[in-house]
Order: sequence, then C-alpha cells, then structure tokens
Amino acid sequence: MNSTGASLILTLLERQGIDTVAGIPGGANLPLYDALGSSRIRHVLARHEQGAGFIAQGMARVTGRPAVCFGTSGPGATNLLTAIADAKLDSIPLVAITGQVPRALIGSDAFQEIDTYGLTVPITKHNYLVRSAAELLEVIPDAFRVASSGRPGPVVIDVPKDVQTETIEVTRLPEPGRPDAAPPLEHDDVRRAARLLNEARRPVLLVGAGVIASGASARMVELAERASIPVATTLLGLGAIRDGHPLSLGMVGMHGAPYVNLLLEECDVLLGLGVRFDDRATGKASEFCPRARIVHVDVDASEIGKIKTPVLGLRADVGDALAALLPLVERDERRAWRARLAELRASSPLAMPGADDPLQPYGLVRCAAEIFGDEPIVTTDVGQHQMWVAQAYPFRRPRQLLTSGGLGTMGFGLPAAIGAALAAPGTPVLCFTGDGSLLMNLQELATAVEERVDVKVILLNNGHLGLVRQQQQLFYGARYQASRFHAEPDFAAIARAFGVRACSLGEAADPRATLARLLAEPGPCLVDVPIGREENVYPMVPPGAPNRDMIEGGRRADAAA
Amino acid sequence: MPTPPRDPDAPPFRSADGAVVLRLAVRNHPGVLSHVSGLFARRAFNVDGVLCLPVGDGARSAILLLVRADDRLEQLVRQLAKLEDVLEIRREPDGQRAFAAATAWLG
Repeated sequence: MNSTGASLILTLLERQGIDTVAGIPGGANLPLYDALGSSRIRHVLARHEQGAGFIAQGMARVTGRPAVCFGTSGPGATNLLTAIADAKLDSIPLVAITGQVPRALIGSDAFQEIDTYGLTVPITKHNYLVRSAAELLEVIPDAFRVASSGRPGPVVIDVPKDVQTETIEVTRLPEPGRPDAAPPLEHDDVRRAARLLNEARRPVLLVGAGVIASGASARMVELAERASIPVATTLLGLGAIRDGHPLSLGMVGMHGAPYVNLLLEECDVLLGLGVRFDDRATGKASEFCPRARIVHVDVDASEIGKIKTPVLGLRADVGDALAALLPLVERDERRAWRARLAELRASSPLAMPGADDPLQPYGLVRCAAEIFGDEPIVTTDVGQHQMWVAQAYPFRRPRQLLTSGGLGTMGFGLPAAIGAALAAPGTPVLCFTGDGSLLMNLQELATAVEERVDVKVILLNNGHLGLVRQQQQLFYGARYQASRFHAEPDFAAIARAFGVRACSLGEAADPRATLARLLAEPGPCLVDVPIGREENVYPMVPPGAPNRDMIEGGRRADAAA
Repeated sequence: MPTPPRDPDAPPFRSADGAVVLRLAVRNHPGVLSHVSGLFARRAFNVDGVLCLPVGDGARSAILLLVRADDRLEQLVRQLAKLEDVLEIRREPDGQRAFAAATAWLG
C-alpha cells in the first residue's frame, strides 16, 4: 500500500481511536488538511491555535485519553505553546501535530519557519521532528505511548511539509501506542505505609490530580472510609471525593477553607496521593503540615522529595498502591480526630457571604449548581471566579471540574468547555469565566456556534482583573495599576453578534428564573453577571506565607489554638 | 570504553569538592543535547562540564556530565531519567579523567 506521510498520520490517528481533532490549517500543514477529506476524523476549526490546543485539552481532560490538535508552522506553532505548556503543568495527555517548512528550507529562516522543536523542549514530555515519512510509523504510536504513560503529558510532533507529501510503501501498520505498564510496587514500602497509617492518630489524605489520572478516586475514598481519614484535595483533586462526604474537607491552600488549613497544622501523618506540593497548595513549603510525617505516592519519581522530604516515598501508580494498601490498613473510627475536625469545621468555616443571592459570586455559583444538579461538567478560567467556583461548587465526581491549575492560564475556560462538550455530547458544560479571562480567547464563541455545543458561559463581570486588583489592595498598599478596565464591552451584545444567545442578569427582574430559563435552552449561551467590583476571595494566604496565616475578610484568622 | 592515557603535561584537573561524573547513554539524534542541556538551565542545576560523543554504530551517544554532589544531585538524576531519549544513567567513578584530558585542550 502506498501512502503519503499526511494520509499515514491520519490512518495512525484513527488507529489510536482519535475521532475528533481541533486545529487551524496553514501553508505548512495543507497536505495534512488535504488528506483529512478522505479520513473519518472530524475536524473542529478553532479561531486561534491556542483555542485549538485548549479544545483538545478539554477532550483529554474529560476522557483521560490523549487528544490531538493541529497547527501550521511559525505562528501556528507559537500560538499553540501556551496550551501545550498548560498541559505539561497539569499532566494532560495532548498530542500536538504541527506543520513545518520543507526539510531543505529548515534553518534558512523561510516564511513561517520557527524552531518548533527547540521551542517545545521545555514544555513537553517529549517532542519529535520527523525527518521522513517512514519515521511516522514509529513516531505517531510512540507519541501516544509517551503522552499516556505514567504521569501523562503533552507531546509535539513537528512534520515538515515535504514529509507530509512524501509517498512511501507501507507493508504493515504498527500497533497503536499504548501506555507502558505501571512501575512495579515495592511491597515492603506498602507495608511500611500501612504501618504509618495504622499508627497515626491524626492522619489526613492529600489528594491531587494523580488520583484522578489514575482512575483511583473510588479506592481512595474506600481507604478514607475504612480508616476514617479526612481527605483534603488540591485544586486539581476536586471531585475525587464527592462534596458533602463526611470525610471530605475540600480544597487546601491559598484559598482553602480555614478549617482545612488548620486541620493540616495538626495532622501527624500526611498521605500525599498524586500531588506535587505546589506552592498554591502548601503555602510556605517548609511550614506545611509541620507536625506530620509525610508518605508520598506518585508515579513520577522526580516529584518525591522535590519539595517536601517524605519519611516514605512510593513511586507507583496511585491506584495500584491503594489496592495493595487497602487490605493492610486497619479499620478505625478515630473518634477523637473526627471530633476535632467537627470542632474546626464549626469554629473556622468557609465564609460564603451572599450565598443566597445569584447576583453575588458565591450565590451565582450555588444557583447554577442547583439548576443543573450533578450533571454538568464545569470549566473555569483563571482568577477570582476560579477560586469562588473551587470553594463553592459541589463537585461530585472526578473529571467534573476542568481548570488550569499549574500554569493558571486565562483564556482556558471557553475552548476547554467546547472540547468537553465535544467529548461528552449530551452533557451540559458550564464555563465560569471573568471579563479579563473571556477576552483572552473570546474568538472561540464562533467555534462554539459552528459546532452547536451545549456550552453555557457564566461571566462574573467586575470590570477588573479581579485577583490582580485584590493582590494590589492587600499587598501593594491599594496602589491599583493596570487592573481596571476603563473600556467595558457589552458582553451580551458581543455574544449575540457571534450568534450566541445572551443576556445580562443585572437587568433581570428575577435573576434566578432568568438564569434557569437561559441555561435550559440547548446550544451555547452567555450570561453576563455584574458582580461587586471590590469583591475579594477569602481566605487568602499571602504568597510565600505559611497556610496558617490566612487573611479573612481583611483580618488575619487565628492560627490553630 | 578504554580509558584514554593521561597526558603527563596536562594541567591538573580541578573540580569543586565533591564533584561526580554521571554517564548517560542517550539516543543519538540532533535534538538530544537540547533536551539534556535545557534541563540544567530550566531547573537551575549546576553542571560544570559536558562531554558528548557518538558510540558504537552511532545510534547512541555517551554523555559525561561533571556535576556537584550536593543535595540536588538526586533530583537532577531523576529529572534526567524522565527524558525519553536518556536510556541509562550511572555514575562513572573514573570519569574525572576524561574531563582532565579535555582540560588539556580547553583549559
């Protein structure tokens, strides 16, 4: 069978189970787009390559499987960089395939030539510059293997235009790339971990994205229930244990509820599962869990001991480790520890002012959650609204929240929501965003209309870069610089101009009913919700401070008594 | 690999106290050095010297890294081990002699 490099790429993608690709064509990937015509892969035309990257991320975050985006050389590739870097920091399996100038022109500063390989070295798990069509037989399956093995991550495949047009004879197609087997468990370490938990009097589980990536949420909850261990999560661990579970604490860290951060001050054994001790979660790392012996389970050996030195580190798939650990952990009711938790919950709760008012941040998040129940997937952008959602939305299952955690990329929310809707047809997708974030990938409203996706954009509009304004108020003497938008567009009018149904909730006689009605209609919509311009997210741990130093509505919360 | 003879006129090779030499077996292709060297800058590791040559049939290269044996060495090794093109990492107990020989050329 003769095949061009371009058709071969698509054949190999089909064999990987890829049915949808987001991207934008350009000069250097036109052969690939030409071959799309005879492929069964559905192409989603984004309006900016960063949008294409985040649409693919949305698909990958919902399914847990690698998703693919296409971009051309030069600006196509540089526009993808932010979405690729975002996938690296959040460990998302993303395969980006970029066009490159023909081989003979590489290094000549040809039109739209950029060193995509060099640019993506630090932001990928691995990358490839394909030097012949025959190499594709090896590179494409390998890229999927790398993206999905161990700790997932992004991979870039840069394909020169003349490799796409090169015809080769293919006698046998390679097997699709599959994840490598998980590393073998060290059973002695599992026994030691069980002993540490059994001896602990005040243990806490700290759960991160690794638990969700490993599909280990149910086992983690089983362990928590068996030994009555409270569960704190990172931002990306939200949903691993359902909100409202008696052992669920919610999010730890900079904007975590006071009782969570205070409980961790008292914890004696911390079992970190698929976490990397990010500074937004730990506060000042040297003072995080000051009384705890740390047991750290992660599939990435380089995370163990990187920030916090554990008494025991297990390089393992979290699900494998939990399965081995469960029968060794003794049942325990831990009455004293649970009583202490109840005490702290009561004395240091998360204050949620305005939780009953849909025109205030917490109330809006709660109201949207009530309208939809447990059904929707939720994406956020980055900033104050992201933290309000993390604090107040009742997440019930893994992969329900898609948010840019590590890179903190404004502009993530809308395209990620489109990707989520494509990957989970029939499931509504709520995109909570801010007026700063939305403008960073606003053009994807056109993609949402074109694809008729069920994406509901809920815009918390305060005319500011709110979290910047908040930090300037709290830490820079209220000297506000460049955090206020003096020109404020009419977002509902903009959305309607794109063909998206929209309204401003501030003008509604009954905001709750208007919201419910708009959200109930199929297809994309946008709800512009004016919120207080000086609303802050509390509590807030100042960057670099220990988590016990929480600022609570302008005052410092007391440290553990 | 046979150890090259020590040039008696070469200046004595000086390294920081507690330096060690790591030997990496890597795939030999044009991008591999940017992966390895990029890691040092990106993660702020101190690497005092790098030697790299293809070995055998040229499908692989050997890289010798002169690094400090400080408390970040283990993290450096773990980060290197994550690179797809790095196939093997081990300590090269005699490796400082290679850098001593290179010092004769460069120093």
